[in-house]
Amino acid sequence: MMTVTHTAESRPDVGEKADAAVPGNRRQRSLGPRTAAALFAAPLLVYLLVFYAFPLYRNIELSLHDYTLRAFVQGKAEFVGFDNYLAVFSSSTFITAFTNTAVFTAVSLVFQYALGLALAVFFRSSFRLSSVLRGLFLIPWLLPLIVSASAWSWMLNSDNGIVNAALVGLGLEPLNWLTSPGLALTSVIIANIWLGIPFNLVILYSGLQNIPKDYYEAAALDGASSWKQFWSITFPLLRPVTAITLLLGLVYTLKVVDIIWIMTSGGPGDTSTTFATWSYREAFGTGTPDFSPAATVGNLLILIALAFGLLYLRVQKNQEES
Amino acid sequence: MSKKFTQIAIATVGALSLALAATGCSGTTGQATASQEGGGSFTVWDPYPQHEASSAWAKRIDKCGQEAGVTIARTAYDTQALTNQALLAAQEGKSADVILLDNPAVSTLAETGALVDMKTAGLDTSAIEPNLLAAGELDGETFGIPVGANTLALYYNKDILAQAGVDPASITSWDSLTAALQSIKGSGHKGITFAGIGTEEGSFQFLPFFWGSGAKLSALDSTEAVSALDLWSSWVKDGLAPNSVINNSQNTTWEEFLTGDFGFVVNGTWQVNSAAKAGFATGYIPIPSKAGGVAPAPTGGEFLLMPVQKDESRYATSTKIVECMSTTEGQVETANTFAYYIPATVPGQELLLKEHPELKVWVEAVNEAKGRTSDNLGTDYPVISEQLWTAVQNSLSGAQSSQDALKAAQQKAAAATGK
Repeated sequence: MMTVTHTAESRPDVGEKADAAVPGNRRQRSLGPRTAAALFAAPLLVYLLVFYAFPLYRNIELSLHDYTLRAFVQGKAEFVGFDNYLAVFSSSTFITAFTNTAVFTAVSLVFQYALGLALAVFFRSSFRLSSVLRGLFLIPWLLPLIVSASAWSWMLNSDNGIVNAALVGLGLEPLNWLTSPGLALTSVIIANIWLGIPFNLVILYSGLQNIPKDYYEAAALDGASSWKQFWSITFPLLRPVTAITLLLGLVYTLKVVDIIWIMTSGGPGDTSTTFATWSYREAFGTGTPDFSPAATVGNLLILIALAFGLLYLRVQKNQEES
Repeated sequence: MSKKFTQIAIATVGALSLALAATGCSGTTGQATASQEGGGSFTVWDPYPQHEASSAWAKRIDKCGQEAGVTIARTAYDTQALTNQALLAAQEGKSADVILLDNPAVSTLAETGALVDMKTAGLDTSAIEPNLLAAGELDGETFGIPVGANTLALYYNKDILAQAGVDPASITSWDSLTAALQSIKGSGHKGITFAGIGTEEGSFQFLPFFWGSGAKLSALDSTEAVSALDLWSSWVKDGLAPNSVINNSQNTTWEEFLTGDFGFVVNGTWQVNSAAKAGFATGYIPIPSKAGGVAPAPTGGEFLLMPVQKDESRYATSTKIVECMSTTEGQVETANTFAYYIPATVPGQELLLKEHPELKVWVEAVNEAKGRTSDNLGTDYPVISEQLWTAVQNSLSGAQSSQDALKAAQQKAAAATGK
């Protein structure tokens, strides 16, 4: 209701101002370039404050108070300092979630990068149907995550999954991919690698386009093998692109919730729980939303991502200087 | 030229931010005007996204609105999302006028002070069966009315049981059930499937066995509790139940059962229609307890709630809507529209049985059933339940023995509830 009236009221105002601007130029001058600049920047600043600064502040605030459900609804949460952080660090889930996050991120990144790079180099030499094939490799990226995660969880189902059917067909023992404590994390990592390859392929492929062809011609004249060419030309010249690919990949991988949640819900037990799924479970996965511990774990994730971001800036600076 | 453009741009930005600010408060304004007009629009949230605006259910809500002299705007959420939505809305002071919420979440919401108790609302709850009303009670006050109730039982595949030579009537205890599963396995079929997923559904399905052993939720690591978890684990270990039960939701188990490979499935009242349409003959029996007899199964189903409103004059109309949805005839109508609710009152149950005598097993099961938050657990239940389903997962997957898993669960639950 109010929306309509307000906009309607302010519209004639707009017209007036715009009209007034044409005859009299004096009012324009009083609006100096600085003010105009500030006004232009204002929407962006408001956007940043509302959608970035405030949520961040709220997350920190949640983690420093004890937001019981009553307090969440009625306000007046008790300030508890770093108690939530202590509780998270001393929780039996912490070590598991920490190792799982590290393993999940590191293994995913290494394989996504290696396979993405291999494919990028492969597609560099264009051949018939190469662009079609490259397009096909992007499919995992285009599918909604809920679709690909559900497809993976069906394929890896212990009793009716196609993967186990194939294993049995080959005369091997079927595996409990998603339900055995030792394999659940591996299964979600495999699915995540598959999901991440297209991203690495696209960025690294465009990075390869920027390496001048002459270098390879010169190297070929000098008799360098393609293996030698890769390690002496491609890899070193791709370093800046590699750094940004890995950093973005790291941030994406750290915050993965959906694929793990759909495939295993972080289970069985805690065996495939990462910081991101732990945070999600505390907030939304049980009958009682615990926003304070959830925000605490979320903040830890932000800190980790921030640390790697700073490391990246440092590396980039060193590269520019040298 | 460019200066004029600058001016227009600034003015536009100004107008836009005004519009933005105005949208921020449009929600509350809309509600206030609605009640001033006397009639207006009332909001209802329910967890039935499967029933669209043209469904019988949606029409029934509309009709209750018409009787109360208002139009109803209904929004459907997924069950878990609705609990979160209800909490967030309570925080913002923008709750719906009436919410239908899954029963274990009722005490959680009531605890936050976001609900009007039924006495204040002027609603009489004395006709509701005490075991079904229990989930809506907190500290001696009642915060909701069940629209009906459902519970779990064992569905079976008549063809497979006949082939294996199992008489369903002979299954009255865990031993006879396990023996039946072994005969089914011996005849080349799969024994039983259930949902052991790491969510509330996992606890919901485990509770008939947990309670059927004589265990109590206040002591997760009792010998009785261990025996219940051992029963499930041994079924998985001996191949009487498939390994996928660890990740199965109730829907997935039902799909598995519908393949026709399984002898039994643990599932709820809401599958009665689907069972009748299955490609094979089905039947159902109550879940047996350890020593023999019917095990108490947990009650399921939604409660009608009235969240606190800033404008208290809205309550009178909300009360009329709730009343209309929960009368005896209303409960029977809900049972018929949904086919998965048993009325929560004795007259309602009698009326339903007159129309559908085949639902007798379900009416009995509902009357034997027990609220998850009863035994004065209230808001402790969700905390205990999380530990319970974690223990079930750890034991079924072989990560821990039943005893160790439940011991760890009890320690964590005790620490979290402070008891």
